[in-house]
This record gives sequence, C-alpha cells and structure tokens, in this order.
Amino acid sequence: MVDHAATAHDAHHDHKPHGWRRWVYATNHKDIGTMYLVFAGLMFFVGGAMAMVIRLELFKPGLQFVDPQFFNSMTTMHALLMIFGAVMPAWTGLANWQIPLMVGAPDMALPRLNNFSFWILPFAFTILLSTLFVPGGGPAGGWTLYPPLSLQGGDSFPMVIFAIHLMGASSILGAINVIVTILNMRAPGMGLLRMPLFVWSWLITAYLLIAVMPVLAGAVTMLLTDHFFGTTFFTAAGGGDPVMFQHIFWFFGHPEVYILILPAFGIVSEIIPAFSRKPIFGYETMVYAIASIAFLSFIVWAHHMFTVGMPLAGQLFFMLSTMLIAVPTGVKVFNWSTTMWKGSLTFEPPMLFALAFLFLFSIGGFSGLMLAIVPADFQYQDTYFVVAHFHYVLVPGAIFGIMAGVYYWLPKWTSRMYDQTLAKWHFWLSAIFVNVLFFPQHFLGLAGMPRRIPDYAVQFTDWNMISSIGAFGFGLSQLLFPYIIWKCARAGQPAEARAWDGAHGLEWELPSPLPYHTWETAPSDALIAKGAEH
Amino acid sequence: MIRKTILPLLALAYSFAAPAQAESGWHLLNMRQGVTEISRRIYDLHMLIFWVCVVIAVIVFAFMIWSLVVFRKSKGAVADTTLVHNTKVEIAWTVVPVLILVAMAVPAARTLVAIEDTRDTGLTIKVTGFQWGWHYDYLDDNVSFYSRLSRDADAARRLMSGVDPNTIPNYLLDVDHPLVVPAGVKVRLLLTGADVIHAWWMPDFGVKKDAIPGFVNEAWFQVDADKTGVYRGQCAELCGRDHAFMPIVVDVKSQEDFNAWLKREQNHG
Repeated sequence: MVDHAATAHDAHHDHKPHGWRRWVYATNHKDIGTMYLVFAGLMFFVGGAMAMVIRLELFKPGLQFVDPQFFNSMTTMHALLMIFGAVMPAWTGLANWQIPLMVGAPDMALPRLNNFSFWILPFAFTILLSTLFVPGGGPAGGWTLYPPLSLQGGDSFPMVIFAIHLMGASSILGAINVIVTILNMRAPGMGLLRMPLFVWSWLITAYLLIAVMPVLAGAVTMLLTDHFFGTTFFTAAGGGDPVMFQHIFWFFGHPEVYILILPAFGIVSEIIPAFSRKPIFGYETMVYAIASIAFLSFIVWAHHMFTVGMPLAGQLFFMLSTMLIAVPTGVKVFNWSTTMWKGSLTFEPPMLFALAFLFLFSIGGFSGLMLAIVPADFQYQDTYFVVAHFHYVLVPGAIFGIMAGVYYWLPKWTSRMYDQTLAKWHFWLSAIFVNVLFFPQHFLGLAGMPRRIPDYAVQFTDWNMISSIGAFGFGLSQLLFPYIIWKCARAGQPAEARAWDGAHGLEWELPSPLPYHTWETAPSDALIAKGAEH
Repeated sequence: MIRKTILPLLALAYSFAAPAQAESGWHLLNMRQGVTEISRRIYDLHMLIFWVCVVIAVIVFAFMIWSLVVFRKSKGAVADTTLVHNTKVEIAWTVVPVLILVAMAVPAARTLVAIEDTRDTGLTIKVTGFQWGWHYDYLDDNVSFYSRLSRDADAARRLMSGVDPNTIPNYLLDVDHPLVVPAGVKVRLLLTGADVIHAWWMPDFGVKKDAIPGFVNEAWFQVDADKTGVYRGQCAELCGRDHAFMPIVVDVKSQEDFNAWLKREQNHG
C-alpha cells in the first residue's frame, strides 16, 4: 500500500501532499518556512510566559510566588527558549521562505536536509521543557551554563546538554542549506553584489553558525564528561580551569549574538528602502559592514567576562576590539538614516517596526559602547544595566526585526493583506511597553541591582514595579500578533502581487497567490536588474 | 493561564506594596560616585561616555526625525532615487567615530592601569565566597570570620513569609559580621571561591571581582580617610539558589578604631 501511494505520488510531479504528510514529509521551502515560523512563535509565547513569571516575582520585594531555585530555572529556560527556540528558528523560517524567492531559486538546495533540520527542533525542545518535571527541576545555572554551578544540576543537566546538541545540529544543517542555496542556486544573472541585503546578511550569519555551533557543542560536551566521566576540564582540583569554559562559551556566545541580530539588519535594509521609495544608501558598504561585524565578533568574546581577572593587556585588547564594533554598526545606522533622507516615506506596519528597530537598537548600541569601557564595566557587569542592554538589542532589535519581516512578506506568503490598523495597534503597544519594560532597568542596574536575583533591596521597588507593568503590557500585546496573522490567512482581503508599491526584489515579481513551486525557470537578467535597481 | 492570573495579582500586589513603602526609589537613576579615588574615576568615565553617547544620539536621532517629518509621501515628498552613494560622506562617518573612540579609549586605559596597580598595599584580606555567604581572613592578624545575611532578613525573605521587607532595615543588604577595614589604607583582597564562582562587588569602592574556586584573584581599594561608615553590596555572579541572599557589608573605621576592633577580635579568637 505504501508502494502504491508512492507510485501514485511520482505520477503527479507537481502534486502537493495533503494532511499531516504535507508537514511531516515536507520538502517544500515554503512549508518548512511556515513550520519554522509557527514553531518559533510557539516558543516565543512559552519563553514569554516564563518572563511573566520572572517579572511577577520581581513586582515587589520579598518572595511571593516562586522558590528561588524555580526562579533561576525560569531565567535560564527563558533565555534558552528565546535564543534557540524563538529567534534562531524564526530567522531560519524567514530564510526558508525568502531566500529561494529572492535569489530566483526553485527551492532550498537540500530539501530533505531541510526537513530534518526542522524536525530535530520539536524533539530538542520537548527534552528541554521536560526538564521542568524531572527531579531537581529545570536547569538553574543560567543559560551560560558556567561551571562549577552548572555541574551541580540535577537530572536536567544531561538532558539540557543533549537538547543543546540537537539544537546545534539543527542550526548547522540549516546554515549549510542556506550557504549551498545562496552560492549554487542563484539565478545566473545574480552576481554576489546584486543579492538583496537580507540574503547577504543570512549568508554571513550562516558562516557564523557553522563556525561557532561546534564550539558550543565542544564546551557542553566537556561539561558532560566533567560531570559523568571524571574529566576535569573545568575543575581546578584536577588541573582544569572554570574560566576556560567562559572563554570557550563566549567564543561561541559573541558570534551567537550577531547570529541573532544580523538577519534583522538584512530585513531592515529591505524595508527602509521599500517605504522610502528609494534605493538603500551605500549598498556595498552595507555588505562590508556586515562582514566586518562578523569578523570582529570573533575577537571580542572576553568583554563578557572582564571581572574574571584577566591580564591588563588582555583587558585592553578586548576593550579596544569591542569599541571598534561601533564603527561598522554606526555605518549601518547612518546608511539606513540616509536612505530615508530625500525619500518619500510612508508608515505601514513593517516600516514602523523597522523604524523602532532603528531607534531602539541604537540605544542598545550606545549602552553596549558604555559596557565596552572596562573600568565602567566593573560597575555594570552582572547588573540590570546589562539586562537592559541586551534586551534592547534583542527585543526591539531581533524580535522587532522578525516582526517587521513577517508584516512585510505576509501578504506575499498568504496573498492576502492583514488588518493594518490592528497591526499598528500591535506596533504602538509593543513600542511603548518595551520601553516601559526595559528602560527603567538601566536605572536599576546603575543603582546597584544585580541580575538573576528573585528578590531585592527595597529601594529598587519602584522601578521594578514599572518594569513589571511594562512586561505585562508587552506580553499581552503580543497576543495580537498571532491573531492578526490568523485573521489574515483566513479572511484577509486579496493582496496585490507587489503588496507594497515601493517594494523591489524578485519575490515581488512572482504572482500572488504564490504557486507551490516558484522559479522553476530562472528569472531573466532583465527581471533581476529590475529587482536590484530598487 | 499565567496571563489570566496576572491582572488580579497585580492589583493585589500593588494594594499592599504601595502604602508600606518607607522611602521611594524614584531618584535612584545613576551610578554612585563612591568613596574611593578609583570609584570616582570610574564614575567620571561613565558620565563621559554617557554624554558622548547622548550627543551622538541627539545628532543621529534628530537627523532621522527630520527625515520622518519632512520627507513624508503624504506631504508630497518625491524620492530622489539618485542618492545612493557618497564616498566622502561615508569616509567621514567612518573616520569620525574612530577618532571619538580613540579619545574615549585613552582615559579608559589610564584608569584601567590604575585599577590594576596592586603595589604597596597595607592590609591583606582573603575573601572566600561560598554557597551562600562570605568568609574573611585577615592573613597577617590571625582574625577570620564568616559573614552571612542578617537573621531578620533571612526570616523575611522566605517564600510567603508574611513579613513585609520594608520593615526590615537594610533588607538583603545587611550581614551578621561585616568586613571591617581602616579608612585611608590600601586594602588588598585575595578572592577565591569554595564551591562555585561568586563575585565580590562593592559599588561604593568601584570593585567587582570574581571569586573562583581553585584560583586566587586580586583586587584592592583605598577608602578616603574621611569617609568612614558602612557600605553595602551584593554577590554579582549567579551562584545558585540563594545568590540573592549573600550581601557584602564593609564597615570602614578610622585607623584607631580599626586597631581597637582588631585587638578585640584577636582576644575573642
């Protein structure tokens, strides 16, 4: 019977599998992209619920709701879910949907690998989430897994490490697919420097992933052998060094930060020109800036650990290299700003999210520059100032970038237009609450509140309350997002093939609704030139 | 489910949090200047880089907002699609930030060199972080003791203890035995950890250093001779369940008072 079905299948080459088979056996980049995005959304809400627990406990001093150990596992799981479960799969989902459309390829280069890299994720996160129910509870040593603390973990410890290995494998496979697709499947007329900036940003991100995910795998494997097989990589008593873990971890961790943000740079570089009705300013410098940032990301890792007691020369090197990142990042911000200069601007939801990205990511960049100054970092390190900094670059940075991308391309994916008024509500509520949530955390950190604590001295009460109110408002506002998408997919008004009048690029040259298979014939040079001229 | 329960809980929490509060914390916005030369130099660096960022932000954001206001399609703006590249401008906004960064790096490096100068210290104390408290050992004076969260705060911080933290003086920032040091003397700390990594942080001294098991880290501070008093800080590296409950308190005394204290401790010991 199976054979029979398979034969019938082969007979209709363009046949679209139905029911659960369409998703479980998926090899179509659009279906896999959708699965990635839905999965990322799910993890975003699970991780968000954990953030709500954190902010609820921090609403006022004293312990009202959760045990400190559970609180620590909430902060740890929130980070792991948001980084590996929400942001990274969302980017891979956007890559799956968009890269073939944007480079004129019929699909991703390696469709079965694509299926595999997605389907690893539900297993990885089932394992990770199930640790909340094992003896000893979930991992509670922070997502950075610093030994010796992480070695004290209970039954969750090996499960978390296995889950991280799975996530890493998924990311590496996804990255391989992106690189092979971009380098081998581009339409013949599309030279590297004619690629859309989103594709460029993903190409570089994919190389970062391949470079550093194995480093993380190595680090956590050494933790595993230290715990179970008597090695002492990170134990001083056996000749090891706990600080070595931090060096290895952040050699992964800093490029990882750019893995989370570079595709957002790419998306903003698509959206700002579209709604300014003007080509991106300084296309080539944008490419070089991403490449420089990617290179620098490998030589700044120790700025995450200035307080471990490094030699003076080491501290100076990492301070200077970190400050250098401000240069290419500044170039990008200036180029985006100048793209709007003498443009013809409109403010549809994707543009609103891109603009919030531009302003708020810059604020995160400024606090990042402050953190680079080593003597000042001695006061900032491990306080809420750091929490404020990285949430400014990750929430209005990476998350708003994802939302901007979804609102930009959703009309192409569904061939329907979403409720733009509701999307603007989603934007304004998010943009306001994200600041209420994270801006006061700068004050808390400077005033002396350490991070990763479930309870605090009473003078920190007021700003913590404001921050928590912002968190609840932000969390509730996000419920609009899946509702808007669901409503659009079910009952949105038909969208034009070029949903935004200023949008350029090959994806907008395709008809709407999109055929299941696109670019089976490569786009002509004329079409590519039209897409690239902006 | 969590979302549904938040609003009533919010109202409930606020109703009993607001009235009991002793003093407001709205004014706590910035880093403190502290009581050592290093902490003041750090504060100055912090303010310098802060104002540099503010000036850049004002210029860049003004430029963006100007574009958002003036070049709106609804105001009849027509895009100038020839404006795609300008080598001179691009070189300028690469070089100018480099110069600003160099200007920032010089005072930062000078301060860092001063912080790393651990010569000529007058008193050495070994600090051991453990889960969850601190142990202080005056290496040359045969005095050592443990320092843990004060008893009243330790009772109040239990889950649903029913004790309002606002009624506890220096809640979570008080210990049974504070570290005692003389003002005006360069005190050297040798830091290590007994079990996991901790971090000894005293904001008023501008000192934060990890206490790592199996290794000894070095830090120092010299409190101004006229700044005697009690200073409070906390562990700054996640160290397990009770990370939030291992405060650091330093009682800075005059040299005479310190000598008298040391003598008393030695006699007790």
